Amino acid sequence: MSVTVLLFASYADALGTSRLSVDVADGATVSDVLGRLRERAGARELPPKPLVAVNEQYAGTDQALRSGDTLAIIPPVAGG
Amino acid sequence: MTPFTRLVREPIDPTALLRAVANPANGAVLLFLGVVREVNDGRAVTGIEYSAYESMAARELANIAAEASERFGTPGVAIEHRLGELALEEASVAIVVAHPRRDGAYAASRWMIEELKRRVPIWKLEHYADGTREWVDPTRVAAASVT
Repeated sequence: MSVTVLLFASYADALGTSRLSVDVADGATVSDVLGRLRERAGARELPPKPLVAVNEQYAGTDQALRSGDTLAIIPPVAGG
Repeated sequence: MTPFTRLVREPIDPTALLRAVANPANGAVLLFLGVVREVNDGRAVTGIEYSAYESMAARELANIAAEASERFGTPGVAIEHRLGELALEEASVAIVVAHPRRDGAYAASRWMIEELKRRVPIWKLEHYADGTREWVDPTRVAAASVT
């Protein structure tokens, strides 16, 4: 199955993209997708357990994903 | 009246927000502005570029306003956050609370800015007088350079 990964701010700079499609096995979790991202150049910027959101809701790294989900990897927020 | 929240790219107009919450039931109206400061962590700042995961940030702002409205017992709540390039002294965020009593207004305003800083996916790229730029990371002292 395929999920859309969104990267922002320092993470987008580090990995050189803000949006990519990742193919993973059915039933894959957020952690599995993070593992795939870590194979990419620049992934050292990602912390061991980054903040993530699935379909715009904050989620844990053990959350199972479904085909077509949008997984956002969220750098430390700095609004205000 | 329902809580009013939005992300904007133009300058924030505080008086429009004050009008949005106006209601004769309220004896206290409080405006908080977060503005771009000239020094951060000892470095001279010349401006800040704000960016966001816009759809989720809009949703989180609305959630925070609705939760504050429920928690502090007033529908008179407005939050506006600006995105894009901001100069020194420009407002990045405005929070308005109208409440029957001042205690409720102060408590709700403080709660909302802390929640916003904790969970709304917005980032700032600070521009410094020496020409460098860095993403602000409130969780650590030294952020990664992106010059």
